[in-house]
This record gives sequence, C-alpha cells and structure tokens, in this order.
Amino acid sequence: MNVLRPIIVFAGLLAVWQVFVSASEIAPFILPGPIAVMSVAVERVDIIAGHALVTLTEILLGLLFGTLLGGTSALVMAYFRGARAWVLPVLVVSQAVPVFALAPVLVLWFGYGVTPKVAMATLIIYFPVTAAFYDGLRRTEPGWIDLARTLDAPRAAILRQVRIPAAMPAFASGLRVAAAVAPIGAVVGEWVGSSAGLGYYMLLMNGRVQTDAMFAALLVLALMAIAIYYLVDSVLRRTIAWQADIDPASKH
Amino acid sequence: MTDNAPHDIRMHETAGIAVRKLRLAWGETVLLDNVSFEVSPGSWTCLLGESGVGKSTLLRTIAGLIDPIGPTKISSHDGSALRGRVAYMAQQDLLLPWLSAIDNVALGARLRGEPVDHCRARNILERTGVAERANALPAEMSGGERQRVALARTLMEERPIVLMDEPFSALDAITRIRLQDLAVDLLSHRTVLMVTHDPFEALRLADGVFILRSPGNEQARELPDMPIVPPGIVPRDPTDPALRNVHQAIMCALGGKSGMGRAA
Repeated sequence: MNVLRPIIVFAGLLAVWQVFVSASEIAPFILPGPIAVMSVAVERVDIIAGHALVTLTEILLGLLFGTLLGGTSALVMAYFRGARAWVLPVLVVSQAVPVFALAPVLVLWFGYGVTPKVAMATLIIYFPVTAAFYDGLRRTEPGWIDLARTLDAPRAAILRQVRIPAAMPAFASGLRVAAAVAPIGAVVGEWVGSSAGLGYYMLLMNGRVQTDAMFAALLVLALMAIAIYYLVDSVLRRTIAWQADIDPASKH
Repeated sequence: MTDNAPHDIRMHETAGIAVRKLRLAWGETVLLDNVSFEVSPGSWTCLLGESGVGKSTLLRTIAGLIDPIGPTKISSHDGSALRGRVAYMAQQDLLLPWLSAIDNVALGARLRGEPVDHCRARNILERTGVAERANALPAEMSGGERQRVALARTLMEERPIVLMDEPFSALDAITRIRLQDLAVDLLSHRTVLMVTHDPFEALRLADGVFILRSPGNEQARELPDMPIVPPGIVPRDPTDPALRNVHQAIMCALGGKSGMGRAA
C-alpha cells in the first residue's frame, strides 16, 4: 500500500492552511494556523491525552456493545422466523430518533460519567451493524443452503457454518461504518453534559476563546477516529481474507 | 469400471428413483403434471429439455429441497423413502470460499457435527485428481479443479443416488470431457440423474435419456414413460455415426416436432 500519497495530500492541506492564515491576517481566535495548533498540542499533551483516553474508552465500549447488540439482533432476526417483525421496529426506531435529541435524556438518566456516552455510541452504531449483518445473513448464496440441506445439516449448523461466515463481508461493512461513526456518538454525548473527554475539552476551550487548543483536541479526535477505522479495517481484512478483492483499483 | 478403490465399496446400498404422478408448478403456472418415470438402480439417466421447462425444479424436488405438490409421489424404485440417500451436485461448485478443498470435501460431516475422516477425504481428493490442492482455498483453484473438489464432496457422502444439475456446463470443452469421464468412472456404482441442456453430454454419458418438453400450447409439459437408450457403453463418443439417429431423435423431441418425440 502506498502510504506516501495520503501523507503528501495531508501535508499539502496543512501548507495551504498555514499560508492562508499567514497571508489573510485572520484573527487567531477565529482560525489558528496549524503551527499554532501543533505547539499548543505539544504544550498541553498530558491534559489532552487524559481527555483523549476518556473519549477513546467511550468509543471502544460503544463499539463493543453496539456490535454485540447489533450482531445478536441480526442473528435473532435471521434465525427465528417471525422475530423479524418484532425486532425490526426497534431497529427502525433506534435510527429514526436522532441520537442528538436523545443525548440530554441519556445524560439525565445516566449522569455525567462515561455511561451516557457509551449508550450514545452504542445507539448510533446499532443500526448500521444490525442492518448490514442481517442483510448479509439473508443473502446467503441459496445454493449453499440447498447443499447443506441435502447434507442433512441441522438449521443451527447451517447458520453457524454457512450463513454467518458468508455474512462476514457484509458484517464487516457495517463494522467499518460503526468505527467511523462511533466517535460522533461519544463526542455528542460529551457536548451535552460531561466533565471529561475531548468533546468536553473542546467546548471548554471554545468558551475561553482558546481556539488553538480546541483545534488541537479536534486534531487528536480526528487522528483517533482514523486510527480506530484502520485498525478495525485491517482486522476485518485479515479475518475475511478468503473474500477475493473484486475492486480492480485496489490491485496495485 | 476400473478398480474402484476400496473406499467406495463401503457403500453397498443401491437405490433407484420412482417418480409417480409428478406435478410441478411455478407459482400458479403448472409446469409438469401427471408425469411418471423411473430411474433404475445403478444407471445414469439424463434429463434433457429446453430451459424453463422445470428440470431444475424437478431435481430439487427429488432432492427434497422443495416439497412435492398435489398427487406427486417420489420414492426409491422399491417404494422406500429417498430421504438421506440423495447427494446433490449443482451447476456451480458451491464450494464454501472460506474452507480449504479438503474441508469442503468433509463439509457434510462438519455440518452434521460428526468426526471428519480426513484420511478418506484425502483419498477421495486423490481419486478426483486434486490431492495436491487439498489445502488450497476455492479462490486459488481453476474452475475444473473446483468442480473436481465438488465431485469429491459428493463422493464423500455415501449416498446411492446422485442428482446433478448441469454440473459441467460452466467448464471449457476439454475440462468438461475429462470431468465427465472421471464422473462416469467414480459414480459407476451409484444411480445418477443428471439434468443437462446439452444433447451431446447426454449421448456421451447416459444409459437412458428422458426429454422434458412442452407439447405446444399452454398445456403442461409431458415426459415419455420410456427413456431413449443410446447404443454402446459409456462414456461414448458423441460423434459416433451410430448415435446419429438418437441425436436426431433427441433434437426433434427438444424442438417439439411431431412424430419424433420418442426414439428407440
């Protein structure tokens, strides 16, 4: 994989940003340059790292619970006839009610700690995980199921040994989306009410017009989200290595 | 046939297929009605017919994948149930892409939670000529190799009846002929009912040929009670002049031309 290209693109964008800030004489509390942001980030590394750890915990726990909950829902819908009619409304409602609207309620219920943020991240990824996995489970190659049935396979064995492995690529797509949106859930939760975390710190710094520190926190959040995404992606790629990469663009 | 390795001899049981008063429907449309035919034990029977005539549906019904409808009775030639005695081989190899060749061969045991006889699986892979690919994933194999593994998976199940739904149609001509010969050799003790759209394939392999066809208008398709029996021993050379009449008869029957539906 070519790591050079994204680095060049990123460095280019930073350069444009710095040149724009220097040339336009824009007030630093409106838009600080990347150099200012970096120096604040280095200066306050332990404060930011502390908040980052809180947010990271929320994101990872949200990912864990959302994936478990979504995976279970999809399995129940796929395995038990009739379960779909019961689970699907929950699924749709979980998506129809904006988590942003639920955030204050969750904070009210679960307090200012980590719990409401985990709940928020869980909620936000529940739908993509469930929908993608369930879709994968439903679209098992019918020939495989026919074959398994002629081999006298019990239904549970067909689910475990044929349908679930066959749905892994779809499940992986859901997990990738989850990895990308889970930070949103955590940060929204922090904005609504918290005493720690990158979202909290960003609001705090915004209020104190320390825009450079806010940007530093944002930068860390973005890097964290990207790292989580690529980590999840690489684990998934390894687990479903049997799936031939059909995209010709990804073959050098 | 040639020395059919000791591993296949374990299967002593034979069974034929008896289909009585078969009715097949696609939704509201009746494809076949009141059709009866028999496949004798140990024979290789081909089922020919234009596409959409219900060949695959018939095969799936015999395999127990679709419940028979109406007065349909499907059993062994002696009237006993077919359940658990039928192996099924489709047009696609249906290899699970995340399992190696040998694990695919052992799929039946794996799915039923039985201990896997790796030794036997390896032996069968050897007989189908893909032993050296035992640990390869399906994506790493050619179409011919994959279909050989699928054949091995079919052999691994000691089922007296093998149903095949155009299993060789996706292969190139040379690979197809090799696999046909291999199948004839390895399946010689079993009863084979094979659906195909290729008259040459039927002429090459079949002890008997049935033709599913539309009698013309909207009436349901009919199937003659007696199969067409090409002369000679399988695998035949389909260009053999002795087969020309049979070929012609089959073509006429497929084309639905009057008076030529059945040949001796």
